[in-house]
Amino acid sequence: MTRYVVAEAAEIPPGERKIVEVAGRSLGVFNLGGEFFALRNRCPHQGGPLCEGKTFGLIEASVPGAITYSREGEILTCAWHGWEFDIRTGRSWCAPERLRVRRYEISVEPGTSLTTTPAAAIPGKVPGPYTAETYPVLIEGHYLVVEIDG
Amino acid sequence: MQAAPNLAADEALVGALIDCDVHNVVPHVEALFPYLPPYWVEHVRRSAFKGATTSYYPPNAPLSALADSKPPDAPAGSSLALLREQVLDPLGVEVAILNCLYAIDSLHNPEAAVAFASAVNDWQIAEWLDRDPRLRASIVVPAQLPELAAREIARVCDHPGFVQVLLPARSEHPYGSRLFRPLWAEIARCDLVAGIHFGGAPGNPPFPSGWPSYYFEEYAGMAQVFQSQLASIVSEGVLDLFPALRIVLVESGFTWLPGFMWRFDKEWRNLRQLVPWVKRAPSAYIREHVRLTIQPLDAPPTTADLLSTIDQLGSDDLLLFGTDYPHRHSTDPFRSFLPHLSPALARKIRGENARALYRLSSPA
Amino acid sequence: MATTLPRPKSTARTKPAIIDCDIHNELDSERDLYPYLPPRWLEHLKTYGMHGPSGAVYPRFLNRRNDAHPPSGREPGSDPAFTSQQLLDEWNVAYGILNPLTGVGSQLNPEFDAALATAVNDWQTAEWLDPEPRLRASIIIPFEHADLAVAEIERRAADKRFVQVQFSGRPREPMGRRKYWPIYAACERHGLAVMSHAFGSGGQPITGCGWPSYYIEDHVGPAQSMQANLISLVVEGVFERFPGLRVVSAENGFGWAPSLAWRLDATYTLLDGEVPHLKRKPSEYLHEHVWYCTQPVEEPERPQDFLRLLDQVGADRLIFASDYAHWDWDAPDAVLPPRLPDDVRRKIFYENALHLYRLPDTGA
Repeated sequence: MTRYVVAEAAEIPPGERKIVEVAGRSLGVFNLGGEFFALRNRCPHQGGPLCEGKTFGLIEASVPGAITYSREGEILTCAWHGWEFDIRTGRSWCAPERLRVRRYEISVEPGTSLTTTPAAAIPGKVPGPYTAETYPVLIEGHYLVVEIDG
Repeated sequence: MQAAPNLAADEALVGALIDCDVHNVVPHVEALFPYLPPYWVEHVRRSAFKGATTSYYPPNAPLSALADSKPPDAPAGSSLALLREQVLDPLGVEVAILNCLYAIDSLHNPEAAVAFASAVNDWQIAEWLDRDPRLRASIVVPAQLPELAAREIARVCDHPGFVQVLLPARSEHPYGSRLFRPLWAEIARCDLVAGIHFGGAPGNPPFPSGWPSYYFEEYAGMAQVFQSQLASIVSEGVLDLFPALRIVLVESGFTWLPGFMWRFDKEWRNLRQLVPWVKRAPSAYIREHVRLTIQPLDAPPTTADLLSTIDQLGSDDLLLFGTDYPHRHSTDPFRSFLPHLSPALARKIRGENARALYRLSSPA
Repeated sequence: MATTLPRPKSTARTKPAIIDCDIHNELDSERDLYPYLPPRWLEHLKTYGMHGPSGAVYPRFLNRRNDAHPPSGREPGSDPAFTSQQLLDEWNVAYGILNPLTGVGSQLNPEFDAALATAVNDWQTAEWLDPEPRLRASIIIPFEHADLAVAEIERRAADKRFVQVQFSGRPREPMGRRKYWPIYAACERHGLAVMSHAFGSGGQPITGCGWPSYYIEDHVGPAQSMQANLISLVVEGVFERFPGLRVVSAENGFGWAPSLAWRLDATYTLLDGEVPHLKRKPSEYLHEHVWYCTQPVEEPERPQDFLRLLDQVGADRLIFASDYAHWDWDAPDAVLPPRLPDDVRRKIFYENALHLYRLPDTGA
């Protein structure tokens, strides 16, 4: 499990998102009311850029004529075909067990915890072959850290 | 079916037979006189109006009548005696469901539509249901006037012989439309099956692009009308509003159903937000609520493809045997269909699916 | 310290060359056509606007891919350079066939429709075909008016970058009807295919049972309307009359094609007497004259059902289409199962379209 700093927490205000490239993957990082979520930017349907789609609330109805709208901004629809995903869980609405998008553990960490640890102990240092861009970390900041397998 | 089949010792031909599509035809408008109000009897006698004269099948076309099904001086399908002789007795039919295709929907005059629908239903009771205990029937309604159709259903639904309401496949609006809510509510309240049947004379054309030149086109193209009706019924939440509803597609063909379900499910995954009351994949609703009769078979060229198509339906409960008497078809299900199936599936299609759907008692 | 790694760029060269048979070149707005219209019709457009039949408008959440907005700020699909980059370059498209959907072709004013068609084709030539050698195009024609349509076909026939003519999926009459025959004659004469593209309305209700309510029904509907088109083309004898005619189905899917052939053949055994002009079984005409764009690709749950479907339709009849930049487009690498034999894959993605449209092999 490798941990990557992907953004400053302040970069993504509530209701916003950022697409980041991490460990050869594209991820979408979302801020729902101060809580952060990270989803793979790849729809299980046809591989589209899921996280570039529009967000909606949860649209429900038991019968026609009585539509409820809740959890505004928490349902991500794929930029291509509009499949709905719960940002919190990564599960699709149409087949929650079978069809989901990979979600990643993401935490907010103060700069102090990231810069004062000796380099060897930081599980975030990744060797080549790709050129690694170091993300500058300042003691005063708060950073979003994503855990990725491998 | 072309002739009484050889029933000797074939496992696939064993088990109760319930015929879910038999046509009782009004022989001539005078047959309805005993059941029509005097105003309409006089109207028919003294004017150019002779009731609904539209037929969904060209009377002399090869597919419209089996050989010998036509009594002298009356149309094929109008004789109970011939029905007994040609279908009920030789095939050992336990129950037959009558679908009378008297074209009430062609009558734009609402008074006429209501009066003639009632007359046909009373005629069905007196001259068919009360004369042979093997018969059940579909209530004929002025579907184009949903509230009046509901009223007619309420009037006769207590007769135990009526198990179904007949709705022509072609309608002026798709049956899922909110305009039809009163009709569905009454069908559900009376706990009847909705039988959507080949045909219809609503006034608007049978194709999405207007009027085809040949009957061949209308006949073959009717499958698409059934598909549009299914799309409407599911999309408009009829099955969510009335969760106990049972629907049969009669004389629709069924080999198109898997491809239709794949497409409809795909669109639901894409477009659920627009129809959020559709809480499950459309195919789940269809497998739960919809059944289909087996004629016309429209079979693929190989038995392997036929069996895989049936497998793709995803449920053994869907298909219902029906002769579609007196209409002629290109295949004989006793020869080219039932023998290819497992005995268990053949039994279900012959009768057990219909018994469950129509809640018919088990034989003594 | 943490790291961010750049994603390795997948280059078009690592993807095999494909032909995309349905690309939508969009107008950013009607203003794009202003330079191509003569004063009389420019004035008409500005004052009275485009005016077609009004019924087929279905509200939806998505129109175009949300990631296809060109940096220029123009509408998705309306920026030729961006289309070349995001589609042709990214996916190694050797040839792309343009199908502009602009409402032109079904405008109610015939002369206006014809003038707009000429303008759209001039716009296609100048802004799409001339700058981008990989593109080919559909001739936009006022298809409801055969004389005007044939005049436009004659105007473009010498430019071999126009490979077909465009019909809307739901024209005013079924496609096989006599009024359209002069168009088919001109296409056969010039070696142009006839492409029927999903959606639209000639003014009739878009199903054979009236107007549906929801976009999902409209979006399921092309399966039904294309079947109606093919039934009409086959049964009216268009393929007997124009034996060289090639018909392309665009954006209708293809899961319905096998069962349509089965049903037409079964109907033919009953109703061949009505259609003595047909010399062969309907399925034979379909198999020789019709190609099906893959989009929207069918999505049965079980992989073996998709393989069987490919087999039943025939791998020779399928041609890949993306439908860029609409929301319901198909990504080329998501359309066929990964373990399909290479030769089948190459047919569907390249060779079938190469032969259909008589394109020079790029050797890619």
